[in-house]
Amino acid sequence: MHVHFLDPFRPGVSLVHRMDPRIKLVLTLAFIVLTALVPPGIWPVYIILLAIIVSVEILSELGIDYVMKRSLLALPFMLAAFPIIFTAPGPEFASFSIASWTISVSMTGLERFISIALKSWISVQAAIVLAASTPFPDLLLAMRAIRLPRLIVAILGLMWRYLFVLADEVLRMNRARAARSGHPDRPQGRTGGSVVWRARVTGGMAGSLFLRAFERSDRIYNAMISRGYDGEVRALPLSGLVTTDWLVLILGLIFLAAILVLSLLL
Amino acid sequence: MHHSIEVEKLSYAYPDGQVALQEVSLTIQPCEKVALVGPNGAGKSTLILHLNGILKGDGEVCVAGLEVTENNLGRVRARVGLVFQSPDDQLFSPTVYDDVAFGPIYQGLTENEVNARVEEALATVDMSDYARRVSHHLSVGEKKRIAIATVLSMQPEVLVLDEPTAGLDPRARRSLINLLNDLPLTMLVSTHDMHLVRELLPRMVIMDEGRIVADGSTVELLDDEEMLFAHGLEKP
Repeated sequence: MHVHFLDPFRPGVSLVHRMDPRIKLVLTLAFIVLTALVPPGIWPVYIILLAIIVSVEILSELGIDYVMKRSLLALPFMLAAFPIIFTAPGPEFASFSIASWTISVSMTGLERFISIALKSWISVQAAIVLAASTPFPDLLLAMRAIRLPRLIVAILGLMWRYLFVLADEVLRMNRARAARSGHPDRPQGRTGGSVVWRARVTGGMAGSLFLRAFERSDRIYNAMISRGYDGEVRALPLSGLVTTDWLVLILGLIFLAAILVLSLLL
Repeated sequence: MHHSIEVEKLSYAYPDGQVALQEVSLTIQPCEKVALVGPNGAGKSTLILHLNGILKGDGEVCVAGLEVTENNLGRVRARVGLVFQSPDDQLFSPTVYDDVAFGPIYQGLTENEVNARVEEALATVDMSDYARRVSHHLSVGEKKRIAIATVLSMQPEVLVLDEPTAGLDPRARRSLINLLNDLPLTMLVSTHDMHLVRELLPRMVIMDEGRIVADGSTVELLDDEEMLFAHGLEKP
C-alpha cells in the first residue's frame, strides 16, 4: 500500500536513457541557462530550441504526449509573468477602460510575456526529460560529480527518500479519516460538518504530520549517529568518463554556445 | 435479517499489477467474532480496506445489509468501524475529544448527541478522563484504546481491527482483549497473535496468497499443525 505516482522516472533503453547522468545533467543545465539568456522576441532561436528539445523527447522514447502533459507545470510560472503585458513601457497595442481606469497593453510587454512563456515551457520540458530518463540516485551522483555542495546533495537525497514515507503517511491518515466519514440512516440536515470544522480537522492533520516528520527526523539522525555519522557525508568515488562521453559533452556545449551567439547577433 | 459481512468472489489487483485478492468469498453472521490470519502479504489488509469501500475490486461486498457502492459509501462507513494498525494514523486531531468526536460531527449530529457519544465511547474503553488530553503524548496502549473509541462513537454494527495487539505490553494487551471480549459487536480481527485468536475468536479464516485457504472453528483449525505450518502459522 504505497504511493506510486510520485516517481517521475520512466525506465527505458533509449539513447537518452543510456547517456551518462553527469553529461545529461550538465547539458540540461546548460540548455536551461541558454534558454534563459536568449533575448526576448528572437523567434527563430525559440524555434531552434523547441526543435532541439522535441528531438530529444523523440530520441528518449518517452512519448511527446507524456512530456507535454507534464509540461503544464510551467503554467503557474507563466502566470507570474502575466502583469508584464500591462506594465512594460513601449508603443500601445490595445487599450480598454474599466470604470475610470484605463488599461493599456503595450507591444513590448506582449512580446516579453510570450517570450517568457515560451522559455519556461521549453525549460520545463528539458527538466522533465532529465527526470524521466534518469533514476534519482544517479542524478544525486551527477550532482556530486559537478561539485554541488555535499550537504545540499545529502539534503536532496534524504528529501527524496522520505518524501515517499510522508506521502504514505498522508495516504494512511486520509484513509483513516475516510473510514470514519459516515452518514446516518435517518434523513436529516447536512452531513460532513461545517466548513470551519473541516478546516480545523485538516489543520490538525497537517500539524500532526509536521510533528511526526519532526520526530522521525530525530530518530533518523540518531540512527545515523549510531552508525558513525559525524556531519560529513562520504561516498564512494565515481567512475571516470570515457572518451565518447567527453566528446558528447564538448560538442553539446559548443553547439549550445553557437545558438547563444546566433541569438545575440539576430 | 441480514448478514453482517458478505463478500462474494472479490478480486483485486494493485495499480502496479500485483494481484492481492483472488475470488475471495466470506460470510459473517451478526455478533460473530472472527479471526483473519495468514502470513504478511496474504491480502488481509487489502480485504479489510474493501469492507468500507476504501479500495474497490471486482466482486460483491455487502456490509450490514448494504451493498458497498459509491452511493452507499457514507452509510457503509457509519456501520463499519475500522481500527487501523497504527493508532498514529487514526488519531490526527489535537485532542482525544476531537478525535472521538470526528465521526459523530461528520454525521451531522447535534452538539448534545456528539457529547453523549464521546462520553459513552470513552467510558466503554475506560478512558473517560482522557477527553482533554493531547493524543500525541499518550502511550501506545492508551492510543490503541482511544483509536477504538473513535470508531465506537459512530455506533457501528461491525468492528474491524487490523493487528490490534501489535506493539502492546502484556498488561495493555490483556486489558485490550478483555475490552474486545465485552463488546457485543460483530468483529473481524486481522492478527498474527494466535493466543488472542484462541482466547477471543471462536471462528478462524486463514488467507494465503490472496485466497481464503481455510475457514472453520478455531479449536479445530488450531489442531491441524501441518496445515498451519504450510501457511506460515504456528500453533499457540
